[in-house]
Amino acid sequence: MENASELDVFRRDVKAWVQNNFPSSLAGQDLAGLAGGESGARANDEVKTAMETWRQRLAEKGWGAPTWPVEYGGAGLSHPEANVIGEEIFQAGAYNPIPHMTGMGVTMVGPTLLEYGTDEQKAQHLKGIASGEIRWCLGLSEPNAGSDLASLSTKAEDKGDYFALNGQKIWTSGAHISQWCGALVRTDSNAGKRDGISFVMLPMQQEGVETRPIRLISGVSPFCETYFSDARAEKGDLLGNLNDGWSVVKRLLQHERQSQTGGQGASMLDSEPLHVKAQRFVGSDEDGALVDKDLRQRLVRNYMDATAHRLTAERITAEAAGRVEVSAAASILKNSNTRVAQTKAELALEIMGSQGIGWSGDDFAEEELGIVREWLAGKAMSIYGGSYEVQNNIISKNVLGLPETTQKG
Amino acid sequence: MAALTEEQSILKDQASSWVESQLPVQKFRDFRNSNSDGGFDPEAWSAIVEMGWTGILVPENYGGSDLGYLTFGLILEQLGRQLCASPLFASAYVGATAINLGGNEEQKQSWLPKIVDGSEILTLAVDEQSRHNRDQVQTTATATDQGYELNGAKTFVLEGMSATTFVVAAKTDAGDIALFLVPADSAGLSRQGMSTVDSRDYARLTLSGVEVGQGALLGAMQGSQLYGRVLDRASAGIAMEMLGVGCYAFEMTLDYLKTRKQFGKVIGSFQALGHRAAELYSSQEMARSCAEAGVTAIDQGADDEAAMSAISKAKTGEFLFDMSNQLIQIHGGIGMTDEFDAGLYLKRARVLETTYGNQAQHRDRYASLLGF
Repeated sequence: MENASELDVFRRDVKAWVQNNFPSSLAGQDLAGLAGGESGARANDEVKTAMETWRQRLAEKGWGAPTWPVEYGGAGLSHPEANVIGEEIFQAGAYNPIPHMTGMGVTMVGPTLLEYGTDEQKAQHLKGIASGEIRWCLGLSEPNAGSDLASLSTKAEDKGDYFALNGQKIWTSGAHISQWCGALVRTDSNAGKRDGISFVMLPMQQEGVETRPIRLISGVSPFCETYFSDARAEKGDLLGNLNDGWSVVKRLLQHERQSQTGGQGASMLDSEPLHVKAQRFVGSDEDGALVDKDLRQRLVRNYMDATAHRLTAERITAEAAGRVEVSAAASILKNSNTRVAQTKAELALEIMGSQGIGWSGDDFAEEELGIVREWLAGKAMSIYGGSYEVQNNIISKNVLGLPETTQKG
Repeated sequence: MAALTEEQSILKDQASSWVESQLPVQKFRDFRNSNSDGGFDPEAWSAIVEMGWTGILVPENYGGSDLGYLTFGLILEQLGRQLCASPLFASAYVGATAINLGGNEEQKQSWLPKIVDGSEILTLAVDEQSRHNRDQVQTTATATDQGYELNGAKTFVLEGMSATTFVVAAKTDAGDIALFLVPADSAGLSRQGMSTVDSRDYARLTLSGVEVGQGALLGAMQGSQLYGRVLDRASAGIAMEMLGVGCYAFEMTLDYLKTRKQFGKVIGSFQALGHRAAELYSSQEMARSCAEAGVTAIDQGADDEAAMSAISKAKTGEFLFDMSNQLIQIHGGIGMTDEFDAGLYLKRARVLETTYGNQAQHRDRYASLLGF
C-alpha cells in the first residue's frame, strides 16, 4: 500500500466510511473539549451517547491507534495510511477522540510499551488504550525536578512482589480522571543520578494515590499534583529493566516531542484567518492593504513561518521515505510549532485590541473569550515536553554534535 | 533535501564534487584579487557549458535537457556554497525562462541553442532605482514602422558587462511592461560597470533611441504577465543560491565552534553559543524547505507559484541575513580580516538580499497576493 494510487483507493474508502459512521448529532460540537473530560461532563445525554457510539466504531476498526498491530487493538496500517485517516476525519469536520480520551496513552505510553513491554504487559494494557477506554497519566516532573528531570526524588521501595511508592509528582496531566499512571521513580539512591531510576505502571484508583488539580492562568485545571503514600505498583508492572528507567523515559519523551510537532486540532484561532480578522478590526486603505503596515509585515512573517514549519515537517517525512520515526528533527519542529502558535495568538490579541483582553461576560463574544484563553494556555507550549531551551540543548548536542554544556550526570 | 529523482541526485553530486574540487572559494578570491575586467572565470564558464548546466531549463528540441527548476536550483545551491562567479543564473536561468515563457517559435529557435552553447549571455535589465520596485518602470518602448524604439536607463544589471544581449523591461504604448531582446552592441546603448561589495559584474545601462525590430518583443503572454512571471521565477532561483551561501556559512561556523578554544574549552560548549547555533540550524532547515518548495512549485505548475516564490526569497533571506552576521560575530576578530573568507560571504549575502527585492518587499508582495 505504498504507492500513490493504492493510497488514493484507501482514501476513498476511508472517506466513505467516515461519512457513513460519524454521528450527525456530533457535527459542530466542541469534540476536543468533549473528549478531554472537562466539558464532557457538562454535555447532554444525547451527545454523550453519540460520542460513545463514534468511539466504539473507531475502536472496532482499530483506528484509535491505526499503526499498532491488530492483536493489540490497532489496525496494522502504515504511517501514510494512518495520516490519510487523520486527514479524512479532519476534512469531514469530525474528530478522532480516542487519542484525547486516553490521555498520554496513544501518543506516549503505547508506543513505549510496544518497544519496551513484555508480551504480558502489551496484552494487558494496549487494547484498553487503542479502544479509548483506559486513560493514562504520566508521573514524571516533581516540584524540584522540572527541566532537570533526572534529579527526581520519588522513591520506590522493594517490598517483595511489589514496589511501595512515596513522593510527589507535579504537572500530571489528567491525573484526577486517569485509570493508570506511568511513573518515574528512584529505585537505587546510591547509583548515579540517571542510573538509579525505574519506570513503573500503577493503577490510580487506590488508597496510596491522591490527586489535587492545579488551576492555571487560563482558568482551567488540566494538570494535577499527585501524591504517592505507600502507593502500590506490582513487580510485573515494571517497564524495561530495573534501574534502566532513564532509557525508557528518554524514548517516552521523544514520542512526546513527536506528538507536539503540530497537527490538526479545533481552535478558536482558526475560526477566521488572521488577516480577515485584521481587516475587520484594523481596516484597510484604498489599495486593500491593512492600514497598520507594521502589523501587516508581522502577519506575513507568521504566515510564512507556519508554511515553513509545514513544509519542513513534510520534507522530513518524505526524507524518511514514509517511515515516520522519532527523529532528531522533532526538537526543531516542536520549537517552530510553538513559536508559530504563540505568535499567532499574540497577533490575534493585538488585532482585537480591548476586545482581546476579556475574561468573561457579555461584553465579549464567545470567540474573543476563547482566543484569550487559548493565548494563555499556549504559554505552556514552550514549557511542557522539554522547554524551548531544553529543545535547543538537544539540537546543539545531539544534532549538531556540540559538547555538553550545563547538563551533568 | 527534497525527495530527488535519480537524475537529480546524480547532477547534484556532480555539481557538488566539481565545485568543491575545481572551484573552491579560493578561486573566487583569486579572481577578485586579479582585478580582471571580466565578470567571471572563462575556464569555469566553459566547463559549466560543457557539463550541460546551461540547458537544464531548455527543451530537448532546442538542445537542452529540460530537467526543470528544482534541478537547476540544486546546481545554484552548490555554486552558491563556494561563491562561484558565472553568468549561469542570469543567462541560462532568467534569460532562458524569459524566452521559454515569452518567445515565439522563431525566437526560441534562434536564442535557446545559443544560451545552451554559451555563445549568447542573456540578462534581465529591470531595476531603474536603487530599490527594486517591479511597478516602477520608466523605460519606454515606442512602436515604430520597423519595430520599437527604446529610451531609458537601467541599473544593477546582473552580469551587465559580460552580457551579449539584454532582456529589457520597458513600458509599451499600451502601458504594459513588456520584455525586449536588445543586443549589447545596439546603437544608442551604452553600459558602465558598477563596483559592488561582492566583486561581481553589474552594470548601468543607458538606452537612447535604441532601435530594435519586431522580433525583439517577447510577446507570447498578454499585458505585463510575462514580466511578473519572470521576476517570480528569478526570485525563486536566487533563493536557492542564497541557501547554498548560507549553508556553507553555517558549516564554517559550526566547525569553528567545535575547534576554537577559550577559557580552556571549545567555545561551542558555552550554552549561549550552543543555543545560537541551534537557532541558526533551525532557521536553515526552514529556509531549505521554503527554497526547495519555491522551485518545485514552478516545476509542478502550482497555482501558488507566485506566493511560493515570495516565501522562498523572504525565508532564505531571513536565514542568510542572520547567518552571515553570526558568521562574522562567532569567528570574532579573524572574521573581520580580509584574509579570512567570512567577509566574502557576508558581502555576497547582502547583494543577494537586495537582488529582485529584499525580505520586506517579498512579504509585502505576499500580503498583496493574499489580498491584504
